[in-house]
Amino acid sequence: MEFTLNEEQQMLKGIARDFLENRCPKAHVRDMLTDEKGYSPELWQDMAELGWQGLMLPEEYGGTGGDFVDMVVLIEEMGRALLPGPFIPTVVYGGVAILQAGTSEKKNELLPRIAQGELSLTLALQESSERFDAEGVAAEAVEKEDHYILSGTKILVPYAHVADYILCVCRSRSSSDAEDGISLFLVDAEGEGISCITRTTFDGRKLCDVKLGEVKVSKANLLGEPHGCWPLVKRLVDHGSVAMCAEAIGGAQMAMEMSISYAKERIQFGRPIGTNQAIKHKCANMFVDVECGRSIMYWAAWAVDEGVPEASLAVPMAKSWCCDTYRRVAADSIQVHGGIGFTWDHDIPLYFKRAKTLEYTFGDCDYQREIVVRELERQLASG
Amino acid sequence: MDFRYSPEDEAFRKEVRDWIKENLPESWATEQEALGISEDSFQMALEWQKRLYKRGWVGLTWPKEYGGGGGTLMQQVILSEEMAKARAPGIANTLGVGMAGPTILSFGTEEQKKQFIPKILSGEEIWCQGFSEPDAGSDLANLKARAIRDGDYYVVNGQKVWSTFAQYGDRCLLLVRTDPDVLPKHRGITYLLMDMKTPGIEVKPLKQMTGDSEFNEMFLDNVRVPVSNRLGEENRGWYVAMGTLAFERAGMGQAIMFKQVLNEIFRLAAKTKRNGIPAIKDSTIRQRLAQCAIECEIMRLNSYRSLSTSLKGGGPGPEEMFSKLFWSEMNQRMTELAAQILGIDSVIEGEGEAQLWQYRFLRSRGNTLEQGSSEILRNVIGERVLGIPR
Repeated sequence: MEFTLNEEQQMLKGIARDFLENRCPKAHVRDMLTDEKGYSPELWQDMAELGWQGLMLPEEYGGTGGDFVDMVVLIEEMGRALLPGPFIPTVVYGGVAILQAGTSEKKNELLPRIAQGELSLTLALQESSERFDAEGVAAEAVEKEDHYILSGTKILVPYAHVADYILCVCRSRSSSDAEDGISLFLVDAEGEGISCITRTTFDGRKLCDVKLGEVKVSKANLLGEPHGCWPLVKRLVDHGSVAMCAEAIGGAQMAMEMSISYAKERIQFGRPIGTNQAIKHKCANMFVDVECGRSIMYWAAWAVDEGVPEASLAVPMAKSWCCDTYRRVAADSIQVHGGIGFTWDHDIPLYFKRAKTLEYTFGDCDYQREIVVRELERQLASG
Repeated sequence: MDFRYSPEDEAFRKEVRDWIKENLPESWATEQEALGISEDSFQMALEWQKRLYKRGWVGLTWPKEYGGGGGTLMQQVILSEEMAKARAPGIANTLGVGMAGPTILSFGTEEQKKQFIPKILSGEEIWCQGFSEPDAGSDLANLKARAIRDGDYYVVNGQKVWSTFAQYGDRCLLLVRTDPDVLPKHRGITYLLMDMKTPGIEVKPLKQMTGDSEFNEMFLDNVRVPVSNRLGEENRGWYVAMGTLAFERAGMGQAIMFKQVLNEIFRLAAKTKRNGIPAIKDSTIRQRLAQCAIECEIMRLNSYRSLSTSLKGGGPGPEEMFSKLFWSEMNQRMTELAAQILGIDSVIEGEGEAQLWQYRFLRSRGNTLEQGSSEILRNVIGERVLGIPR
């Protein structure tokens, strides 16, 4: 039983906080809101030099051999700093997929380049049905000799506009079981037949509609077993969801700290506004919600990393609690700050917007709670 | 980070399970709650405590020299987990083991430890509590029950209220005022260990909205308490009392108990129809079920977190500051959900399962008041943890 951050993790947290306070101040976050790429390649390179893109990769691929819990510690700090860019798509979706399912050839070719900050990857899962389960996958992959032909439209693909490779989830075989017949392809984003329309969220993040117009992909670019990739995709979604939780808790922590400081400093009626219980209790609630989120988020990270069965409950539970918390804390932060918190010059609205965007990624809180109930019904039925 | 138990932990778990199978009569597993607060329920709890004591499992982590088990914190956690899973009755001396014992072990003299601790563990002496007064609830430091020194005795006069289990008590944790003039007021309070058979004590049970009486009014009329039964120094009782509150951490056992209540609510939702369909098919009910399940899990994880911190020798972590605030409000949401699923049956008097839920539903309203109201706890978090001024 061990439920505290170890020394290395605490050190990583400290280094990440210092670096991001310095290199990703709010002025940078605001610059990126209107930047076409949506992130800074120079900062990306410096992060790679700190070993962040390679944090979870084994040393033989130029990584530092950390685990997913280490990664979550880092992402919490990125959430605190509101760091924009394709870090999670590249490292968590791309890195984990190649590491877990890539051939040794692909691992040797791509993982060191990820670690060095040379590559940007992303995951194309969702389609117009806006589902997150296997039934939502309609894009087709048709086998032809030594390759597949991919067609369909993927939506809300994060940072596909700057990606070198897009991991495409496609249906390669029809089956009565929706989870059967799913394959995962590593698709060259510059390849013929791919078109990309970029949309920007109100917090400056880039989500793309990716059209696959008969894209030819070599069989060598299959990740994992053909037709049997849904469990892998599910694992990527689980990793991604927990990464969102970490971002949420990091962001909520910062919004809370700003609220507490303001409650102490702001004088009205001759005393700090925090002396009023209406304000003090809001801050206390933020603290409870954030700490509870940290408990459940680290449990989920551990469960996903270890691949234990409890991950099937831990992930939707954590996603629901952490995203609810971020949204609630950010909203209450606006209220604690009063009028100034409603102005665009203040940083709190940046957190509020980020909270709402995060909630929708991989399914909102209502959706997560529905998954929780289904899973519990299943567990109770099987005793 | 690792959420697994070690092989030694699992071996101890098996030992506990096997013992429970041998020693816990099957019907007891559910009977006690149905008995409510009653003499029968108390006797069952007392018998259960005696069996546990013989095995060395009351006060498992307490020093052996005073009758404790000399075990580890981890073993204590596993023990309470398994007790909760088996739905074992509570012990009779809840306050003795939960509060009096740890306080005496921390602040008592060697004589006091030898005199009180073994009987706390065996259940020979049941403890109750006399802290609150009519004018000293949340503002406990305002208490007025006056103790005046008379040779080797304190002579106590005053009124206590919300005295838990005073009707069963042999001994009482009592806070009294020994200095009426000092400011701040908490510097004039003394902590006494009072024999409930002393002349001059009158106990009147308070009937709760559940129909039970857990709490009492206690009238003290020239009650003579030996100075040797003072815990800590004169006028330093406040600091002893605050030490006691620190022992009231919600444990893993409690988290598992809530998990079981949650499972019961799931089963209730599956078999109860609302508007012609099983309640569990109703999307609003499903959302609320999920939320309760998430909160139960969080409570368990928070307990793990504080356990992990304690095992490393650290002080109470942030999660420990709000554990009671969290579970008390969670329990209200859970019991409200169960009542909602049952509908009108949950308010009709009678016997059976619906009455159990009715009891839990009503009892939960006390949770956010007892041992520090939610408002007081939020003040404590705001001021002591977050550093916001009073």
